[in-house]
Amino acid sequence: MSNWLNFIAAAVAASAPLLFGTLGEILTEKSGNLNLGVEGMMFMGGVAGIAGSYCYELAAGSGYNGWISALVAVICAFGAGMFGALLYSVLTVSLRVNQNVAGLALTIFGTGFGNFFGEVLGNAAGGFVSVGERTKAVFNGVTGLDGPGKLLFSYNFMVYLGLVLAVVLAWFLNSSRKGLNLRSVGESPATADAAGINVTRYKYLATCLGGGICGLGGMYIVMATQGGTWVHNCINGKGWIAVALVIFATWSPLRALVGSLVFGGLSVMRFYFPFGGNIYAPIYDIAPYIATVLVLIAVSIRQRRESQPPNSLGLAYFREER
Amino acid sequence: MEQTYAIQLEEITKTFGEVVANDKVSLSLARGEILALLGENGSGKTTLMNMLSGIYFPDSGRIFVNGQEVTIRAPKDAFDLHIGMIHQHFKLVDILTAAENIILGLDGGRLNRRTVAEEIRTISEKYGFDIDPNQKIYEMSVSQKQTVEIVKVLYRGADILILDEPTAVLTPQETDKLFAVLRNMKADGKAIIIITHKLHEVMAISDQVAVLRKGKYIGTVSTAETSPQQLTEMMVGRAVTLDIDRPLVEHQTPRLAVQDLTCVNGEGVTTLDHVSFTAMGGEILGIAGVAGSGQKELLEAIAGLQKGTGHILYHPPHPDQPVAGQHVPVNPQGEELLGKSPRQIRDIGVSLAFVPEDRLGMGLVAGMDLVDNMLLKSYQEGRGPMVDRKTPRKLAEQLIEALEIVTPGVSTPVRRLSGGNVQKVLVGREIASNPTVLMTAYPVRGLDINSSYTIYHLLNEQKKLGVAVILVGEDLDVLLELCDRILVLCGGAVSGIVDGRTTTKEEVGLLMTHVPGGKEEA
Repeated sequence: MSNWLNFIAAAVAASAPLLFGTLGEILTEKSGNLNLGVEGMMFMGGVAGIAGSYCYELAAGSGYNGWISALVAVICAFGAGMFGALLYSVLTVSLRVNQNVAGLALTIFGTGFGNFFGEVLGNAAGGFVSVGERTKAVFNGVTGLDGPGKLLFSYNFMVYLGLVLAVVLAWFLNSSRKGLNLRSVGESPATADAAGINVTRYKYLATCLGGGICGLGGMYIVMATQGGTWVHNCINGKGWIAVALVIFATWSPLRALVGSLVFGGLSVMRFYFPFGGNIYAPIYDIAPYIATVLVLIAVSIRQRRESQPPNSLGLAYFREER
Repeated sequence: MEQTYAIQLEEITKTFGEVVANDKVSLSLARGEILALLGENGSGKTTLMNMLSGIYFPDSGRIFVNGQEVTIRAPKDAFDLHIGMIHQHFKLVDILTAAENIILGLDGGRLNRRTVAEEIRTISEKYGFDIDPNQKIYEMSVSQKQTVEIVKVLYRGADILILDEPTAVLTPQETDKLFAVLRNMKADGKAIIIITHKLHEVMAISDQVAVLRKGKYIGTVSTAETSPQQLTEMMVGRAVTLDIDRPLVEHQTPRLAVQDLTCVNGEGVTTLDHVSFTAMGGEILGIAGVAGSGQKELLEAIAGLQKGTGHILYHPPHPDQPVAGQHVPVNPQGEELLGKSPRQIRDIGVSLAFVPEDRLGMGLVAGMDLVDNMLLKSYQEGRGPMVDRKTPRKLAEQLIEALEIVTPGVSTPVRRLSGGNVQKVLVGREIASNPTVLMTAYPVRGLDINSSYTIYHLLNEQKKLGVAVILVGEDLDVLLELCDRILVLCGGAVSGIVDGRTTTKEEVGLLMTHVPGGKEEA
């Protein structure tokens, strides 16, 4: 029983970075921008987050506050993710570059950006970079709980932030006028334009905010999963899983909650329910992808119009095109 | 005092690269008036209206609304001036409901779906619309979508309405309903501009007619003082006869015998109900019916794209006939086509040409150029692994020459051509394959008068060669003038086959909604 409890708690913790990446990408894709640079933006957010915390701790000296340090990390990570998404937006929205190419380029750029500044920071700190104990404690959440308490209250603040974000995003997309406008931009920009909606502004805002949210996912990996230490190549494909999760969740923030929990669970399952030794470990790695394929088949069989990707996803919009 | 016009355009010019779409166009329109904007394809009607609705920005010229000079930079500006445009290709988001589409882009606090639905019902009742605010767009028929578009601009308080070819996709009954609504609005003091190709509609609904030709403004005439003949001459620039030829081919042989054909679609609905008829070589058989009465399924069944029960028997032409082809008859009773794939049908030597309703969906590949689209018909003919590009290129060049297709060159993607030219490419390609049966669905939909007559001429040529031409049409006037016989479908069943030379519009119209001795439809 306690193995199950520990497993679920670990699954929730592992799902948080995926959730941020997925929510950010859902917001982005709802505007019709297919940003494949999630991995890159998570790298940028991750390195900016730890750099922010580290610099704050240096500046504040020994009297630093763990919560302020965490807040600085959030702001820096969000800003870095937005910066990556801004580059992408300028390329795809203003210059109408192919979205797939721009997204892949952003992934390559972000990966290099993260690893480069991670190394620089590590060298400057004398070997490797790590945040202080009080900051680590904030990202560890509440320890020492047991039973249902552990299941509900043991996580760090980012997990609860992700939960709130998913609910807010679902409400925004489905029940607010601005959300309705955003969805129409992603479905049919020409229609939105004719209805007096500023298509360019919606695309920029959604993509940049989405990028910022992805950046938070990267920061979570560095500060919580890796325990506040920069590890080379630490994002390691999580951004790509988030891109797959968007499809798994059929562009719904609430289903993204379920999806990231499933994927998070699958990624830590081997520690709680091992079988057969190390040779079989890759089977656990394959599981999320098999789950994605199964969901895609189910969606395609049901053929619900509401489960389809935004209609103009991946296409640039130019008003005077003939 | 000078009269204040709702809309006044002065010397508007707009160019796209080298192409001058509008050259110093001037127009004016008063309140409570309907202006018809008439012109051939590519004469700049839609471009001009798009400048009023803020999609395009004019290069030069001045726009006055209610006597005030205005600058319209974006659709938002147009709304603020109470100008609303109903585009030819509806600007609606499929997965949203009617109400959501109507309030799209509007400011104003919390989204309260119930209040919005209430307001929409009020507008609908005022002008006589029939609309369910909570229905999704993708579940709607074309005319329902159009209603949503009109309510959308009214909801925004538009008092100047622009309708771009609103009747192109409507049945005669739906058109009457629309015109009744337009007259209501006119009585309400709204100014309306309607773009259309159909002269009898211009005569029926408008007060003034403005004519454009190749981007130039030709003039405005009062509808009461003009005639279709005069309008056509203004539009085309020379005298055109409005009569359609109907040569009689003496020697007709049965070509296609459809017996007891029944089709059921994926949802279990019977789309074709025991249909029987014979199409003769050397005649044009018209197929009339309210949209969705089984026209599409019938053509697809013959082309080998639908499954069904019954028989479709093909009788090859006599070897002496010019369209004989290489068919080797196996069965003197006729060749069964039902149950064969398009490829199998061709392999037994049957040459079917099919111009589907959905030109860029089923007929041509929008992103490929003219040569490659020609190639689609012939790529299996060459030997060896390489495709032969020379023959299709020659064919494409011939078609451009013969049909006066306006295109920068043979390597232009067909998506960039205007509707009329796309249709010419498709019909030209199908005819070039020397068919013995030519099936076309709505071949002149959206085409201007000149292009339409080119197409009618092509069909008549084929008929004289002894081809069996099957023509699905929506414009009853044209069907009555062009077809030798007209088969009327109603709810998937044949409600009658009449002689095109002796029947009347009323007779066909009645058959369209009523199966003799059978069920009655609304």
